[in-house]
Amino acid sequence: MTALGYNFGYLDENTKRMIRRALLKAVAVPGHQVPFGAREMPLPYGWGTGGIAVTASVIGAGDRLKVIDQGADDTTNAVSIRRFFAKVAGVETTERTGEATIIQTRHRIPETGLREGQILVYQVPMPEPLFRLEPRVAETRRMHALADYGLMHVKLYEDIARHGHVAISYNYPVLVGGRYLMSPSPIPAFDNPKMDRMPALQLFGAGREKRIYAVPPYTSVKSLDFEDHPFRPVRADAPCALCGSRESYLDEVVVDDKGGRMFVCSDTDYCNTRQAAREAAE
Amino acid sequence: MNGLTPGFADPVPDAQACFRALLDAMARPGRVQRLAALPEAPAPLAPAAAAVLLTLADAETPVWTDAGPAAEEWLRFHAGCPLVAEPGSAGFLLAAGGLPTLTALEAGTEEEPHRSATLIVQVAGLEPGEGWRLTGPGIEREHRLQVEGLPRGFLADWASNGARFPRGIDLMLCAGNRLVALPRTTRIEEAG
Repeated sequence: MTALGYNFGYLDENTKRMIRRALLKAVAVPGHQVPFGAREMPLPYGWGTGGIAVTASVIGAGDRLKVIDQGADDTTNAVSIRRFFAKVAGVETTERTGEATIIQTRHRIPETGLREGQILVYQVPMPEPLFRLEPRVAETRRMHALADYGLMHVKLYEDIARHGHVAISYNYPVLVGGRYLMSPSPIPAFDNPKMDRMPALQLFGAGREKRIYAVPPYTSVKSLDFEDHPFRPVRADAPCALCGSRESYLDEVVVDDKGGRMFVCSDTDYCNTRQAAREAAE
Repeated sequence: MNGLTPGFADPVPDAQACFRALLDAMARPGRVQRLAALPEAPAPLAPAAAAVLLTLADAETPVWTDAGPAAEEWLRFHAGCPLVAEPGSAGFLLAAGGLPTLTALEAGTEEEPHRSATLIVQVAGLEPGEGWRLTGPGIEREHRLQVEGLPRGFLADWASNGARFPRGIDLMLCAGNRLVALPRTTRIEEAG
Protein backbone atom coordinates (compact mmCIF):
# COMPACT_ATOMS: atom_id res chain seq x y z
CA MET A 1 0.00 0.00 0.00
CA THR A 2 1.40 3.39 -0.93
CA ALA A 3 1.48 6.31 1.46
CA LEU A 4 -1.50 8.66 1.15
CA GLY A 5 -0.93 12.23 0.07
CA TYR A 6 1.93 11.45 -2.32
CA ASN A 7 1.91 10.78 -6.02
CA PHE A 8 3.08 7.28 -6.96
CA GLY A 9 6.86 7.29 -6.58
CA TYR A 10 6.90 10.60 -4.65
CA LEU A 11 7.73 12.86 -7.64
CA ASP A 12 4.97 14.74 -9.44
CA GLU A 13 4.17 13.74 -13.03
CA ASN A 14 5.68 16.89 -14.60
CA THR A 15 9.02 16.19 -12.95
CA LYS A 16 8.91 12.53 -13.97
CA ARG A 17 8.22 13.52 -17.58
CA MET A 18 11.18 15.92 -17.57
CA ILE A 19 13.46 13.22 -16.11
CA ARG A 20 12.10 10.61 -18.53
CA ARG A 21 12.89 12.84 -21.49
CA ALA A 22 16.41 13.34 -20.12
CA LEU A 23 16.83 9.57 -19.63
CA LEU A 24 15.86 8.77 -23.22
CA LYS A 25 18.34 11.32 -24.60
CA ALA A 26 20.98 10.00 -22.20
CA VAL A 27 20.51 6.48 -23.60
CA ALA A 28 20.64 7.86 -27.16
CA VAL A 29 24.04 9.51 -26.54
CA PRO A 30 25.89 6.97 -24.34
CA GLY A 31 28.10 8.61 -21.71
CA HIS A 32 26.96 12.17 -22.41
CA GLN A 33 25.78 14.13 -19.35
CA VAL A 34 22.24 15.49 -19.76
CA PRO A 35 21.18 18.30 -17.39
CA PHE A 36 17.91 17.88 -15.49
CA GLY A 37 15.98 19.71 -12.80
CA ALA A 38 16.75 17.97 -9.50
CA ARG A 39 13.84 18.37 -7.13
CA GLU A 40 14.03 18.61 -3.38
CA MET A 41 13.92 15.18 -1.79
CA PRO A 42 13.17 14.12 1.75
CA LEU A 43 16.89 13.52 2.28
CA PRO A 44 19.89 15.77 1.66
CA TYR A 45 22.14 15.97 -1.40
CA GLY A 46 24.91 13.44 -1.03
CA TRP A 47 22.55 10.70 0.15
CA GLY A 48 21.56 9.54 -3.29
CA THR A 49 19.00 12.11 -4.43
CA GLY A 50 20.02 11.75 -8.10
CA GLY A 51 19.67 7.98 -7.98
CA ILE A 52 16.34 8.30 -6.17
CA ALA A 53 15.00 10.76 -8.77
CA VAL A 54 15.96 8.33 -11.56
CA THR A 55 14.49 5.33 -9.75
CA ALA A 56 11.28 7.26 -8.99
CA SER A 57 10.85 8.13 -12.68
CA VAL A 58 11.47 4.57 -13.85
CA ILE A 59 9.79 2.42 -11.20
CA GLY A 60 6.35 0.84 -11.60
CA ALA A 61 4.06 -1.16 -9.34
CA GLY A 62 5.35 -4.46 -10.75
CA ASP A 63 9.03 -3.78 -10.06
CA ARG A 64 11.14 -5.36 -7.36
CA LEU A 65 13.75 -3.01 -5.92
CA LYS A 66 17.14 -3.76 -4.42
CA VAL A 67 19.27 -0.99 -2.91
CA ILE A 68 22.92 -1.39 -1.99
CA ASP A 69 25.37 0.93 -0.32
CA GLN A 70 29.01 -0.08 -0.84
CA GLY A 71 27.71 -3.53 -1.72
CA ALA A 72 25.70 -3.95 1.48
CA ASP A 73 21.92 -4.24 1.70
CA ASP A 74 21.80 -3.53 5.43
CA THR A 75 23.43 -0.10 5.82
CA THR A 76 21.46 3.01 6.80
CA ASN A 77 21.37 4.56 3.34
CA ALA A 78 20.27 1.35 1.62
CA VAL A 79 17.62 0.50 4.22
CA SER A 80 16.09 3.98 4.23
CA ILE A 81 15.92 4.25 0.43
CA ARG A 82 14.34 0.79 0.21
CA ARG A 83 11.76 1.76 2.85
CA PHE A 84 11.14 5.06 1.07
CA PHE A 85 10.12 3.31 -2.14
CA ALA A 86 8.15 0.64 -0.31
CA LYS A 87 6.19 3.53 1.21
CA VAL A 88 5.72 5.92 -1.73
CA ALA A 89 5.49 3.36 -4.56
CA GLY A 90 4.28 0.28 -2.69
CA VAL A 91 6.81 -1.89 -4.54
CA GLU A 92 8.27 -5.14 -3.35
CA THR A 93 11.88 -4.98 -2.20
CA THR A 94 14.51 -7.67 -2.16
CA GLU A 95 18.11 -8.23 -1.15
CA ARG A 96 18.73 -10.87 -3.83
CA THR A 97 20.49 -9.54 -6.91
CA GLY A 98 18.90 -12.10 -9.20
CA GLU A 99 15.34 -11.28 -8.13
CA ALA A 100 15.52 -7.50 -8.53
CA THR A 101 14.29 -5.65 -11.62
CA ILE A 102 15.79 -2.33 -10.49
CA ILE A 103 18.98 -2.12 -8.43
CA GLN A 104 19.93 1.26 -7.03
CA THR A 105 23.55 1.33 -6.00
CA ARG A 106 25.98 3.52 -4.19
CA HIS A 107 29.57 2.79 -5.16
CA ARG A 108 29.45 -0.90 -6.12
CA ILE A 109 28.31 -3.23 -8.90
CA PRO A 110 26.92 -6.55 -7.60
CA GLU A 111 29.24 -9.57 -7.99
CA THR A 112 26.43 -11.64 -9.51
CA GLY A 113 26.25 -10.89 -13.23
CA LEU A 114 23.25 -8.78 -14.25
CA ARG A 115 20.91 -9.84 -17.05
CA GLU A 116 18.65 -8.25 -19.64
CA GLY A 117 15.54 -6.76 -18.13
CA GLN A 118 17.38 -5.42 -15.09
CA ILE A 119 18.21 -1.73 -14.61
CA LEU A 120 21.18 -0.61 -12.54
CA VAL A 121 20.79 2.93 -11.13
CA TYR A 122 23.97 4.55 -9.83
CA GLN A 123 24.07 7.35 -7.26
CA VAL A 124 26.67 9.80 -8.54
CA PRO A 125 28.26 12.54 -6.41
CA MET A 126 30.31 14.15 -9.23
CA PRO A 127 29.40 13.30 -12.83
CA GLU A 128 32.22 15.26 -14.47
CA PRO A 129 35.30 13.03 -14.83
CA LEU A 130 37.51 16.04 -15.64
CA PHE A 131 36.55 18.26 -12.69
CA ARG A 132 39.80 17.84 -10.75
CA LEU A 133 41.78 18.73 -13.86
CA GLU A 134 39.59 21.53 -15.24
CA PRO A 135 37.24 23.32 -12.82
CA ARG A 136 35.42 25.42 -15.47
CA VAL A 137 32.21 23.67 -16.55
CA ALA A 138 32.09 25.62 -19.84
CA GLU A 139 35.58 24.34 -20.62
CA THR A 140 34.85 20.68 -19.77
CA ARG A 141 31.72 20.83 -21.93
CA ARG A 142 33.84 21.96 -24.85
CA MET A 143 36.37 19.21 -24.17
CA HIS A 144 33.57 16.62 -24.30
CA ALA A 145 32.25 18.20 -27.53
CA LEU A 146 35.69 17.88 -29.14
CA ALA A 147 36.45 14.50 -27.49
CA ASP A 148 39.60 16.25 -26.24
CA TYR A 149 40.66 14.04 -23.36
CA GLY A 150 44.40 14.65 -23.51
CA LEU A 151 44.32 16.20 -20.03
CA MET A 152 43.18 12.91 -18.50
CA HIS A 153 45.83 10.93 -20.37
CA VAL A 154 48.46 13.35 -19.06
CA LYS A 155 47.18 12.77 -15.51
CA LEU A 156 47.46 9.00 -15.96
CA TYR A 157 50.94 9.43 -17.46
CA GLU A 158 52.06 11.59 -14.53
CA ASP A 159 50.77 8.94 -12.11
CA ILE A 160 52.88 6.31 -13.88
CA ALA A 161 55.94 8.60 -13.96
CA ARG A 162 55.59 9.34 -10.24
CA HIS A 163 54.32 6.06 -8.76
CA GLY A 164 55.05 3.47 -11.45
CA HIS A 165 51.34 2.76 -11.90
CA VAL A 166 48.04 4.61 -12.28
CA ALA A 167 47.19 5.66 -8.71
CA ILE A 168 43.39 5.65 -9.02
CA SER A 169 41.64 2.96 -6.98
CA TYR A 170 38.05 4.14 -7.41
CA ASN A 171 36.14 6.42 -9.81
CA TYR A 172 38.55 5.24 -12.51
CA PRO A 173 37.69 7.13 -15.76
CA VAL A 174 36.19 5.15 -18.65
CA LEU A 175 35.56 5.78 -22.33
CA VAL A 176 31.99 4.88 -23.36
CA GLY A 177 31.24 3.68 -26.88
CA GLY A 178 34.67 4.86 -27.97
CA ARG A 179 33.53 8.48 -27.68
CA TYR A 180 32.64 9.99 -24.28
CA LEU A 181 34.85 10.10 -21.21
CA MET A 182 32.65 9.17 -18.26
CA SER A 183 32.88 8.93 -14.51
CA PRO A 184 31.74 5.45 -13.46
CA SER A 185 30.77 7.01 -10.07
CA PRO A 186 33.05 6.09 -7.15
CA ILE A 187 32.90 2.33 -7.73
CA PRO A 188 36.20 0.54 -7.15
CA ALA A 189 38.31 0.17 -10.30
CA PHE A 190 37.83 -3.56 -9.65
CA ASP A 191 34.20 -3.15 -10.83
CA ASN A 192 35.01 -1.27 -14.05
CA PRO A 193 35.27 -4.39 -16.27
CA LYS A 194 31.71 -5.38 -15.25
CA MET A 195 30.36 -2.26 -17.00
CA ASP A 196 31.74 -3.32 -20.37
CA ARG A 197 29.02 -4.83 -22.57
CA MET A 198 26.77 -5.43 -19.57
CA PRO A 199 23.40 -6.95 -20.63
CA ALA A 200 21.53 -4.68 -18.18
CA LEU A 201 20.79 -0.98 -18.75
CA GLN A 202 22.93 1.35 -16.61
CA LEU A 203 21.53 4.75 -15.55
CA PHE A 204 23.40 7.39 -13.56
CA GLY A 205 21.83 10.20 -11.52
CA ALA A 206 23.71 13.09 -9.90
CA GLY A 207 21.29 15.13 -7.77
CA ARG A 208 23.45 17.99 -6.54
CA GLU A 209 25.18 18.40 -9.91
CA LYS A 210 21.85 17.89 -11.75
CA ARG A 211 23.12 15.53 -14.42
CA ILE A 212 21.83 12.24 -15.82
CA TYR A 213 23.80 9.88 -18.05
CA ALA A 214 23.48 6.32 -19.24
CA VAL A 215 25.20 3.31 -20.75
CA PRO A 216 22.94 1.16 -22.96
CA PRO A 217 23.27 -2.64 -22.83
CA TYR A 218 26.14 -4.29 -24.74
CA THR A 219 28.02 -1.00 -25.06
CA SER A 220 31.78 -0.87 -24.79
CA VAL A 221 33.09 0.71 -21.58
CA LYS A 222 36.86 0.88 -21.59
CA SER A 223 39.00 1.94 -18.65
CA LEU A 224 41.62 4.42 -19.86
CA ASP A 225 45.12 2.98 -20.02
CA PHE A 226 48.28 2.77 -22.15
CA GLU A 227 49.51 -0.11 -24.28
CA ASP A 228 52.57 -0.58 -22.06
CA HIS A 229 50.60 0.05 -18.85
CA PRO A 230 47.31 -1.84 -19.32
CA PHE A 231 44.45 -1.31 -16.87
CA ARG A 232 44.59 -3.71 -13.91
CA PRO A 233 41.70 -4.04 -11.48
CA VAL A 234 42.96 -4.11 -7.90
CA ARG A 235 41.73 -6.47 -5.22
CA ALA A 236 43.00 -7.21 -1.69
CA ASP A 237 45.14 -10.36 -1.88
CA ALA A 238 43.13 -12.55 0.48
CA PRO A 239 40.09 -14.85 0.53
CA CYS A 240 36.87 -13.64 2.15
CA ALA A 241 36.97 -14.57 5.86
CA LEU A 242 33.29 -15.57 5.80
CA CYS A 243 32.68 -17.30 2.46
CA GLY A 244 36.20 -17.91 1.18
CA SER A 245 35.68 -16.20 -2.18
CA ARG A 246 38.84 -15.33 -4.08
CA GLU A 247 36.98 -13.48 -6.84
CA SER A 248 34.89 -10.90 -5.00
CA TYR A 249 35.80 -7.37 -3.95
CA LEU A 250 36.79 -7.26 -0.25
CA ASP A 251 36.31 -4.79 2.58
CA GLU A 252 39.01 -4.59 5.21
CA VAL A 253 37.46 -4.68 8.69
CA VAL A 254 39.44 -3.78 11.82
CA VAL A 255 38.39 -6.26 14.52
CA ASP A 256 40.29 -5.12 17.64
CA ASP A 257 42.62 -2.38 18.85
CA LYS A 258 45.77 -4.51 18.44
CA GLY A 259 45.95 -4.26 14.68
CA GLY A 260 43.76 -7.31 14.01
CA ARG A 261 41.85 -7.20 10.76
CA MET A 262 39.82 -9.39 8.48
CA PHE A 263 38.76 -9.23 4.84
CA VAL A 264 35.10 -9.85 3.97
CA CYS A 265 33.06 -9.54 0.77
CA SER A 266 31.66 -6.07 0.24
CA ASP A 267 28.65 -7.60 -1.57
CA THR A 268 26.54 -8.97 1.31
CA ASP A 269 24.05 -10.83 -0.90
CA TYR A 270 26.87 -12.64 -2.75
CA CYS A 271 28.59 -13.55 0.53
CA ASN A 272 25.39 -14.73 2.27
CA THR A 273 24.39 -16.84 -0.74
CA ARG A 274 27.82 -18.51 -0.79
CA GLN A 275 27.75 -19.15 2.96
CA ALA A 276 24.27 -20.64 2.74
CA ALA A 277 25.34 -22.87 -0.16
CA ARG A 278 28.36 -24.07 1.82
CA GLU A 279 26.23 -24.84 4.90
CA ALA A 280 23.73 -26.70 2.73
CA ALA A 281 26.53 -28.78 1.25
CA GLU A 282 27.90 -29.78 4.68
CA MET B 1 -14.98 19.90 -28.25
CA ASN B 2 -17.55 17.42 -29.46
CA GLY B 3 -16.17 13.95 -29.96
CA LEU B 4 -12.94 14.46 -27.99
CA THR B 5 -11.81 10.93 -27.12
CA PRO B 6 -10.17 10.02 -23.78
CA GLY B 7 -6.42 9.86 -23.08
CA PHE B 8 -4.84 7.28 -20.77
CA ALA B 9 -7.46 5.50 -18.63
CA ASP B 10 -5.20 5.67 -15.56
CA PRO B 11 -2.58 8.34 -16.38
CA VAL B 12 0.09 7.65 -13.74
CA PRO B 13 0.58 3.87 -14.20
CA ASP B 14 -0.19 3.99 -17.94
CA ALA B 15 2.45 6.68 -18.56
CA GLN B 16 4.94 4.69 -16.46
CA ALA B 17 4.28 1.48 -18.40
CA CYS B 18 4.62 3.34 -21.70
CA PHE B 19 7.84 5.00 -20.56
CA ARG B 20 9.36 1.66 -19.54
CA ALA B 21 8.54 0.26 -22.97
CA LEU B 22 10.14 3.37 -24.52
CA LEU B 23 13.23 3.11 -22.34
CA ASP B 24 13.57 -0.55 -23.27
CA ALA B 25 13.00 0.28 -26.94
CA MET B 26 15.67 3.00 -26.86
CA ALA B 27 18.11 0.76 -24.95
CA ARG B 28 17.57 -2.19 -27.34
CA PRO B 29 17.12 -0.60 -30.78
CA GLY B 30 15.08 -2.64 -33.22
CA ARG B 31 13.28 -4.76 -30.61
CA VAL B 32 9.54 -4.45 -31.15
CA GLN B 33 7.67 -3.32 -28.03
CA ARG B 34 3.93 -3.82 -27.70
CA LEU B 35 2.24 -1.14 -25.62
CA ALA B 36 -0.51 -2.50 -23.39
CA ALA B 37 -2.20 0.63 -22.01
CA LEU B 38 -3.26 2.78 -24.94
CA PRO B 39 -5.29 5.98 -25.21
CA GLU B 40 -8.26 6.29 -27.58
CA ALA B 41 -6.60 8.54 -30.09
CA PRO B 42 -8.51 10.06 -33.05
CA ALA B 43 -7.58 8.94 -36.57
CA PRO B 44 -5.04 9.10 -38.12
CA LEU B 45 -3.05 8.90 -34.86
CA ALA B 46 -1.65 5.41 -34.22
CA PRO B 47 -2.38 4.38 -30.61
CA ALA B 48 1.33 3.81 -29.87
CA ALA B 49 2.34 7.21 -31.28
CA ALA B 50 -0.37 8.93 -29.25
CA ALA B 51 0.78 7.10 -26.10
CA VAL B 52 4.37 8.24 -26.65
CA LEU B 53 3.31 11.89 -26.82
CA LEU B 54 1.06 11.58 -23.76
CA THR B 55 4.01 10.08 -21.90
CA LEU B 56 6.69 12.58 -22.93
CA ALA B 57 5.11 15.82 -24.18
CA ASP B 58 3.86 18.67 -22.00
CA ALA B 59 3.84 22.47 -21.87
CA GLU B 60 7.66 22.53 -22.09
CA THR B 61 7.92 20.61 -25.36
CA PRO B 62 6.89 22.17 -28.70
CA VAL B 63 5.29 19.49 -30.88
CA TRP B 64 4.91 19.44 -34.65
CA THR B 65 2.46 17.14 -36.38
CA ASP B 66 0.88 16.64 -39.80
CA ALA B 67 -1.95 14.49 -38.44
CA GLY B 68 -4.67 17.11 -38.87
CA PRO B 69 -6.96 19.24 -36.69
CA ALA B 70 -8.64 16.42 -34.72
CA ALA B 71 -5.26 15.07 -33.62
CA GLU B 72 -4.00 18.56 -32.83
CA GLU B 73 -7.00 19.31 -30.63
CA TRP B 74 -6.62 15.96 -28.87
CA LEU B 75 -2.91 16.60 -28.18
CA ARG B 76 -3.52 20.16 -27.03
CA PHE B 77 -6.15 18.95 -24.58
CA HIS B 78 -4.53 15.79 -23.21
CA ALA B 79 -0.81 16.60 -23.38
CA GLY B 80 -1.12 20.39 -23.04
CA CYS B 81 1.75 20.80 -25.49
CA PRO B 82 2.24 23.85 -27.72
CA LEU B 83 1.95 22.97 -31.41
CA VAL B 84 4.35 24.60 -33.85
CA ALA B 85 4.19 25.02 -37.62
CA GLU B 86 7.95 24.78 -38.26
CA PRO B 87 9.39 21.25 -37.99
CA GLY B 88 12.77 22.80 -37.13
CA SER B 89 11.54 24.34 -33.88
CA ALA B 90 9.85 21.22 -32.47
CA GLY B 91 11.16 18.97 -29.69
CA PHE B 92 8.87 16.14 -30.74
CA LEU B 93 7.50 15.51 -34.22
CA LEU B 94 4.73 13.15 -35.15
CA ALA B 95 4.69 12.29 -38.85
CA ALA B 96 1.55 10.46 -39.92
CA GLY B 97 1.70 11.28 -43.63
CA GLY B 98 5.31 11.31 -44.80
CA LEU B 99 8.81 11.75 -43.52
CA PRO B 100 10.00 15.32 -42.85
CA THR B 101 13.54 16.09 -44.10
CA LEU B 102 15.81 14.82 -41.32
CA THR B 103 18.40 17.57 -41.84
CA ALA B 104 15.73 20.27 -41.32
CA LEU B 105 15.10 19.11 -37.73
CA GLU B 106 16.81 20.26 -34.55
CA ALA B 107 19.90 18.08 -34.13
CA GLY B 108 21.35 19.66 -30.99
CA THR B 109 24.89 21.01 -30.79
CA GLU B 110 28.26 19.34 -30.25
CA GLU B 111 28.15 20.55 -26.63
CA GLU B 112 24.45 19.85 -26.10
CA PRO B 113 23.49 16.90 -28.32
CA HIS B 114 20.57 16.13 -25.98
CA ARG B 115 18.73 19.20 -27.29
CA SER B 116 17.84 17.32 -30.46
CA ALA B 117 14.38 16.47 -31.74
CA THR B 118 12.68 13.09 -31.39
CA LEU B 119 10.83 12.08 -34.55
CA ILE B 120 7.87 9.74 -34.20
CA VAL B 121 6.89 8.17 -37.52
CA GLN B 122 3.78 6.13 -38.15
CA VAL B 123 4.55 3.25 -40.48
CA ALA B 124 2.43 0.51 -42.00
CA GLY B 125 4.16 -2.43 -40.34
CA LEU B 126 6.94 -3.49 -37.96
CA GLU B 127 8.15 -7.09 -37.95
CA PRO B 128 11.15 -8.41 -36.03
CA GLY B 129 13.36 -11.26 -37.21
CA GLU B 130 13.91 -10.32 -40.85
CA GLY B 131 14.76 -7.30 -43.02
CA TRP B 132 17.28 -4.65 -41.95
CA ARG B 133 20.36 -5.58 -39.95
CA LEU B 134 20.79 -3.23 -37.00
CA THR B 135 24.02 -2.83 -35.03
CA GLY B 136 25.28 -0.38 -32.43
CA PRO B 137 24.97 0.30 -28.68
CA GLY B 138 22.21 -1.76 -27.04
CA ILE B 139 22.53 -4.61 -29.55
CA GLU B 140 24.49 -7.72 -28.62
CA ARG B 141 25.27 -8.89 -32.16
CA GLU B 142 22.57 -7.72 -34.53
CA HIS B 143 18.83 -7.13 -34.49
CA ARG B 144 16.68 -7.71 -37.57
CA LEU B 145 13.74 -5.48 -38.34
CA GLN B 146 11.32 -5.25 -41.25
CA VAL B 147 9.68 -1.85 -41.67
CA GLU B 148 6.90 -1.20 -44.16
CA GLY B 149 6.00 2.28 -45.29
CA LEU B 150 9.22 4.29 -45.15
CA PRO B 151 10.31 6.24 -48.25
CA ARG B 152 13.07 4.86 -50.49
CA GLY B 153 15.85 7.26 -49.59
CA PHE B 154 15.44 6.74 -45.86
CA LEU B 155 18.53 4.58 -45.27
CA ALA B 156 20.82 7.17 -46.89
CA ASP B 157 19.24 9.94 -44.76
CA TRP B 158 19.65 7.81 -41.65
CA ALA B 159 23.32 7.14 -42.43
CA SER B 160 24.02 10.86 -42.73
CA ASN B 161 22.10 11.46 -39.49
CA GLY B 162 24.42 8.99 -37.75
CA ALA B 163 27.51 10.52 -39.35
CA ARG B 164 27.12 13.78 -37.42
CA PHE B 165 27.20 12.03 -34.01
CA PRO B 166 26.93 13.18 -31.25
CA ARG B 167 24.48 15.49 -33.02
CA GLY B 168 21.45 13.93 -34.67
CA ILE B 169 17.80 13.12 -34.18
CA ASP B 170 16.34 10.01 -32.56
CA LEU B 171 13.57 8.06 -34.22
CA MET B 172 10.56 6.15 -32.97
CA LEU B 173 8.55 4.02 -35.39
CA CYS B 174 4.95 3.20 -34.50
CA ALA B 175 2.44 0.85 -36.09
CA GLY B 176 -0.81 0.21 -34.22
CA ASN B 177 0.24 -0.75 -30.69
CA ARG B 178 3.80 -1.62 -31.78
CA LEU B 179 6.81 0.55 -31.25
CA VAL B 180 10.50 0.49 -32.20
CA ALA B 181 13.07 3.12 -31.28
CA LEU B 182 16.17 3.91 -33.30
CA PRO B 183 18.61 6.19 -31.45
CA ARG B 184 21.11 8.11 -33.59
CA THR B 185 23.81 5.54 -32.75
CA THR B 186 22.06 2.65 -34.56
CA ARG B 187 23.57 1.62 -37.88
CA ILE B 188 21.23 0.09 -40.44
CA GLU B 189 22.20 -2.20 -43.30
CA GLU B 190 19.85 -3.36 -46.00
CA ALA B 191 19.11 -7.07 -45.83
CA GLY B 192 21.65 -8.97 -47.89
